[in-house]
Amino acid sequence: MKKFDKDRLILALGAPLLAIVAALVITSGVILTTGKDPFYAFYVMIDFGSKSDSQVWIINKAIPYYLAAVAVAIGFRMNLFNIGVDGQYRIAAFFAAVVGGSLTLPGIIQIPLVILVAMAVGAIWSSIAGLLKITRGIHEVVTTIMLNFIAASTIGFFLQDGRLAEKDGNLFHTPDIPASGRFFTIPTDPDPIYGTVVVAVLVGVAYWFVLGRTRFGFDLRTVGRSESAASASGVSVKRMVVTSMVLSGTIAGLVGMPTLLNASYNYGTDFPAGIGFTGIAIALLGRNHPVGMALGALLWGFLERTGTQLEFEEYAQEIVGVMQGVIVLCVVIAYEVVRRYGLRRQQRQVGEQLAAQARTSEKKAEVSA
Amino acid sequence: MANHDIDFAVRRGTVHALVGENGAGKSTLMKILYGMQKPDEGTITVDGEQVSFATPGDAIARGIGMVHQHFMLADNLTVLENTVLGAEGLHGIGAQARKKVKELSDAYRLGIRPDVLVEDLGVADRQRVEILKVLYRGARTLILDEPTAVLVPQEVDALFENLRELKAEGLTVLFISHKLGEVLSVADDITVIRRGTTVASVKPGETTPKQLAELMVGSELPSPETRESTVTTTPMLTVAGLRLCATDADGAEREVLDGIRFTIHKGEVLGVAGVEGNGQAELVEAVMGMRELDAGTVTLDGEDVTSRSTRERREGGIGYIPEDRHRHGLLLEGTLWENRMLGHVTEVPNSKGQLLDLSGARTDTARIVAEYDVRTPGIEVTAASLSGGNQQKLIVGREMSHGPKLLIAAHPTRGVDVGAQAQIWDQIREARREGLAVLLISADLDELIGLSDTLRVMYRGRLVADADPATITPEELGSAMTGAASGHLEAGEDDRDVQDSVRDSVQDSVPGQRDGGEER
Repeated sequence: MKKFDKDRLILALGAPLLAIVAALVITSGVILTTGKDPFYAFYVMIDFGSKSDSQVWIINKAIPYYLAAVAVAIGFRMNLFNIGVDGQYRIAAFFAAVVGGSLTLPGIIQIPLVILVAMAVGAIWSSIAGLLKITRGIHEVVTTIMLNFIAASTIGFFLQDGRLAEKDGNLFHTPDIPASGRFFTIPTDPDPIYGTVVVAVLVGVAYWFVLGRTRFGFDLRTVGRSESAASASGVSVKRMVVTSMVLSGTIAGLVGMPTLLNASYNYGTDFPAGIGFTGIAIALLGRNHPVGMALGALLWGFLERTGTQLEFEEYAQEIVGVMQGVIVLCVVIAYEVVRRYGLRRQQRQVGEQLAAQARTSEKKAEVSA
Repeated sequence: MANHDIDFAVRRGTVHALVGENGAGKSTLMKILYGMQKPDEGTITVDGEQVSFATPGDAIARGIGMVHQHFMLADNLTVLENTVLGAEGLHGIGAQARKKVKELSDAYRLGIRPDVLVEDLGVADRQRVEILKVLYRGARTLILDEPTAVLVPQEVDALFENLRELKAEGLTVLFISHKLGEVLSVADDITVIRRGTTVASVKPGETTPKQLAELMVGSELPSPETRESTVTTTPMLTVAGLRLCATDADGAEREVLDGIRFTIHKGEVLGVAGVEGNGQAELVEAVMGMRELDAGTVTLDGEDVTSRSTRERREGGIGYIPEDRHRHGLLLEGTLWENRMLGHVTEVPNSKGQLLDLSGARTDTARIVAEYDVRTPGIEVTAASLSGGNQQKLIVGREMSHGPKLLIAAHPTRGVDVGAQAQIWDQIREARREGLAVLLISADLDELIGLSDTLRVMYRGRLVADADPATITPEELGSAMTGAASGHLEAGEDDRDVQDSVRDSVQDSVPGQRDGGEER
């Protein structure tokens, strides 16, 4: 049995290693074709990315990325493609900002209230897609994309002077959340790390525990692996579709919180968009694994941070976008290749071991006979 | 190593049977012969010329074609379209292709109707289309992987007629089967494989099914016979007035089950015979609670479970050996212990309250592996890496480990080797002695007759006939399965008449079959 465990470890490390090497080679090639030195580019990135202010920036940036990735991963684990994390977190953050900006309560009440509102709105928004899938059979990719647009338009409608927003220069934003309703920060030098990093860690632990250690998680993964086997085993696939969609939306609702409660304190026209899609890439990168996705989110932050610096060194800034795309593709391909190889290898090993067992037992029989 | 030291020669113009346990390496051997897998060593010689196949395309080019156990046909295309699909380069897709199909159909008496949609064909007709496809691609050697598994006896006879026809035209057939009686009736040579190696080559005239089975398992012959009755008078499962409608591909609503009523008592095995697709799968799903009923009640051990969920029914004591273990019984990419939890995740030893009990599940998986002789190097391997028979043993072990009151066994020994078959039969018999009620659905009529205390025949969603397994023969059962007989089946009819009437009714039941004008 030890042998299989060792093999599995080698296979598990082999895939990301293969992916990173392939991604480095390909991006080097791309940089070379632009007539620049790829190794200097990597040096610049590592040098700049390891500065302490960069580190803080990267961690803060990674928090919403990680939350978005977990939201997407919940869907992935059950074979649902929740493309709508983007709309879910934006509409959730918007209404949470409206509630937070209109109340002045003690922080101990207001902060959880704002977070709960965000989670609830995210859940409601995603449940629409889940319900449409089980009642009308509409694929969740279609509904969640549509819901993204509807969310954006809804926010656009309310984000006007005299409705739920106020004008501030060229921007519209919801009223600021009072100081008492803001999340704590971890004092680091030169900039503080957002306290919402704690939320991200808790979500990661909860994700691991619920999916890996509870009956509910087993049911969810069963549906993801085989719907027919799940339904024969007694899981209600329809109910599981809605439940997992709601869970995914609940976590998606948290994605806007680091920005809202640690940085902007309001939802304005400049509120970050598109994190939901980044989350898809990171979930793929981290293979839906709680630690893998954390590393993926940090890598993503690192690339974004250092990409700006490349521009100062006369590299095309788009090179970072190319790198991100290449890394995701390489990871997806490498894992699939390694997974298939591992499966085949295991089948062969099982066959060999059994044949060997059979031969020794036959020999014994002959000896005793 | 799945195979080693495989040696056998197939003479041209003969039917050569390959028999062996599942996991003995037959499928691997087939894959090698058909170019789907490369051998590590050894040679393949076709017509005196040494060959090596990298892809099935190479094998086809050498005139070797394969008819798979699971049909590979596009339901929404016609027979002609299915035949030319992927081989458009040979005779085009128009009149020339049609002419060729006609020629082949006439030459080998396949009775092909080129313009019928495949979805309208029965199993036997689909199989003939598969054979036609292979011939159309110019095969001179046909590999048939368990072709009789899905056929009733009369259809098997028709298939064997076709095979003899092929043989007479100088084609070679390599025939894989578990059913030794059939092998003996059709094959010219028989090669037995055990544990990945060829153990014997025999002539059908010089051996008996018993000897052949002993060669296959290396020990004595198992039998499904279960004569001493353990039937009690306490009803365990009562199904009454069951009706189930489903929408078919054309959007039309039709009844797939109607007026189903039966009772299974403690210690009773109720066997349901029928050609596949006559509602057996739906019946199982109805009893399991996987389908919503349009009418009727299901009562388990005195409790009405009609409105209960599948999980509640399983917790209430229903064990389930599904027909398609890959689709319904296993998580192929899951480890053995994850598969041990499947379907029983709410029960001890798999969970405590809402939390999984991983160590409990692992320990119990090891127990099942040992007690049910699941051949595996460990419980951390994926279910996909086990052979079919061992996967089935794991499923049987799992379902028997929760003290079931009712066992639903759909084709429990399909694709399972003779050794595992005997073991599974033993386990069913033993549990039956202890008061287990069994709903047995099988295409293997010997299994049905041997294990059942009561037999019912299902035809087009209804239970049309019943029989006493002590007196009925497979042929009589087969005729009822095609709708030719109903009511209480009595033994002793003239066999010849029954067979003829069956063949007529098979033809009648498929409209528009005779536009080929050729008598089969």
